[in-house]
Amino acid sequence: MSAESVTQQRSVPPATEAKLAEESFLTDDLIRQLINVGEVDIVVGLPTHNNAKTVAPVLQAIQAGILKCFPRERVVIINADGGSRDGTPELITGASIDDVSHAYKLHALRTLHAISTQYGPTPANGPALRTILASADLLRAKACAVVAPEASTIDPEWIARLVRPIYQENFDLVAPVYQRHKFEGLLLKQLVYPMMRAIYGWKIREPFASEYAFSGRLGSEFLAQNHWEDDARRAGPEICLTISALSGNFRTCQTFLGAKTTADRSSADLVAALRQTVGALFSSLEPNFAIWSGINGSQAVPTMGPESEMTLEPLRVNRKRLREMFCSGVADLQSVFASILTPETLAQLQQVANCNEEEFHYPEELWVKTVYEFAASYHKAVISRDHIVQALAPLYRGRIFSFLAENRNASAEMMEAAMERLCSDFERLKPYLLEVWNGRK
Amino acid sequence: MREMIVNELTQAMHEIIRDVAHFLPRLVVMLVIALVGWLIASILRWALRSILQLIKFDKLSENAGASQLLKQAALPSSTELLSRFVFWVAFLGFILLGISVLGIVGLEEYVARFFLFLPRLFVALFIVFFGLLAASFFSRAALLAAVNADLPSPKLIALSVRTVIIIFVFSMVFEELGLAEQTAVLAFGIAFGGLVVGLALAFGLGGKDLAREFLERRFAHHRKEEREDELSPL
Repeated sequence: MSAESVTQQRSVPPATEAKLAEESFLTDDLIRQLINVGEVDIVVGLPTHNNAKTVAPVLQAIQAGILKCFPRERVVIINADGGSRDGTPELITGASIDDVSHAYKLHALRTLHAISTQYGPTPANGPALRTILASADLLRAKACAVVAPEASTIDPEWIARLVRPIYQENFDLVAPVYQRHKFEGLLLKQLVYPMMRAIYGWKIREPFASEYAFSGRLGSEFLAQNHWEDDARRAGPEICLTISALSGNFRTCQTFLGAKTTADRSSADLVAALRQTVGALFSSLEPNFAIWSGINGSQAVPTMGPESEMTLEPLRVNRKRLREMFCSGVADLQSVFASILTPETLAQLQQVANCNEEEFHYPEELWVKTVYEFAASYHKAVISRDHIVQALAPLYRGRIFSFLAENRNASAEMMEAAMERLCSDFERLKPYLLEVWNGRK
Repeated sequence: MREMIVNELTQAMHEIIRDVAHFLPRLVVMLVIALVGWLIASILRWALRSILQLIKFDKLSENAGASQLLKQAALPSSTELLSRFVFWVAFLGFILLGISVLGIVGLEEYVARFFLFLPRLFVALFIVFFGLLAASFFSRAALLAAVNADLPSPKLIALSVRTVIIIFVFSMVFEELGLAEQTAVLAFGIAFGGLVVGLALAFGLGGKDLAREFLERRFAHHRKEEREDELSPL
């Protein structure tokens, strides 16, 4: 291997208030930096906001992954920053690749560029992804991977697992599969995955991923869709990208990455999580009605590695609080639910809320009907759409309480069987969604 | 003497006949204007009712909370009420126009005043409708936020938000209509200021220990407990 020295371009753009380019929302400074880089093969996007504590090992893993698996390719790391005040962009653009070269005994044949740009004064997923997409589009990248800056479990192999299916096997979207605790990511497991599977007919385990990759073709098409100011796309662009791939017949696959970084646990995040996932999913239903209304059943997508892996160690959960918040929510939000749900569903929910802890059971079928009625009400905009999404939070808590009680001692196989049952219910009751969607209920 | 009386009576009679002869065509014109007005007002009512039904105005008004208020007051639906209102305003406008044709001195000023008052009436109605809509939206937002944050008495919080907005809206309406302008603004200022000061005193002084306990529970211990016991949704 040539002893050509590997340098990393150090370029810290002046913060904020950069003028927008005439026909692009990218700053002049970013465009200038991108022009300096020239055409590339792979873009690795790193959206950040005050991630100085965690970003260094993530960046090292990305660099090592690139040096190890794509030494001949032209690669650029693009950091889309949401106004960090802890020096995150400087850390990224100033990181030396020599440490990585020494640590992993790897040498690159090309210059590895790292560009940082501030897309706005406050963090937002939509503008961050849009910046990465537009940069990748401008650089004519064949593949683009996005990695979360707090992915503490990342290893260099992740880059290869994400990019290789696109770069070498012509896939358009690579969604991750993580090893998770059986009770982690329950919003995805209880609502987003089963509903997306029933709606769009593809089994994508992690439709709302923090690490994923996409082709230049999919990226350009998604970028060209003019919905960037929509609330849903601003909050949850990741899920919109997945939906765009599924509804646009792009080649999609999954790849097993390993353990997912445990998110900061906080119940206050539930409404934000609902907006990012459920809000985005509900808002996608209207423009894609012609596509999903004719889909029955679901099919698997190619998966590299295991389709699911879960850990089962005991976890302390305040179940009592979940039930209390469900019961008080059903009582306090009765007037709101009366606008969203059918009288039958509301009556059943009130019955569930009146049960004591031992008898409490929020059945799967009732949960599916609840979600579908929320989706139909979102479509009809019976009240503010954001209020509809928020109103789902107490009901989700009730469903989780029931799920935790039923699966306290469940093995991985039993959990999988329970998940499959729920997915089947979502698919079986899809005609019910069409019924409430068309206002026949 | 007798001849004089007869002459005066004849003259008076002639004047009355002349006045009636002058007045009668005006009366006919007024009646025609009123009839045409009734026709136009009816057409307006029908057109407005159709448009409001088409845009599902009742649903909008239900979401705004206006329908509940109307039901409580045993009034018809908002579509019907608005259609009737437009009918009567238009019809009354034509009647007043007809009256002005009669040329009765003094009445003309009142007619002019009525037409000058109409824009203010419409602005007031506009404020009421959108005020109720805002009250409903913000009280629901407060209710949802309070429920999801597990705050005590979410309904009370929502009701307080609604009440404050409605008081504010009606003080604006009174000001717009020029009804007890000063009193309404003053009453709103006193009520709102009093409410805020009262709450601050009650929470900060009266319930000092409770306030400390509540804040500690909410922002320190409770947060910690949440982080330990809640599951990550994503």
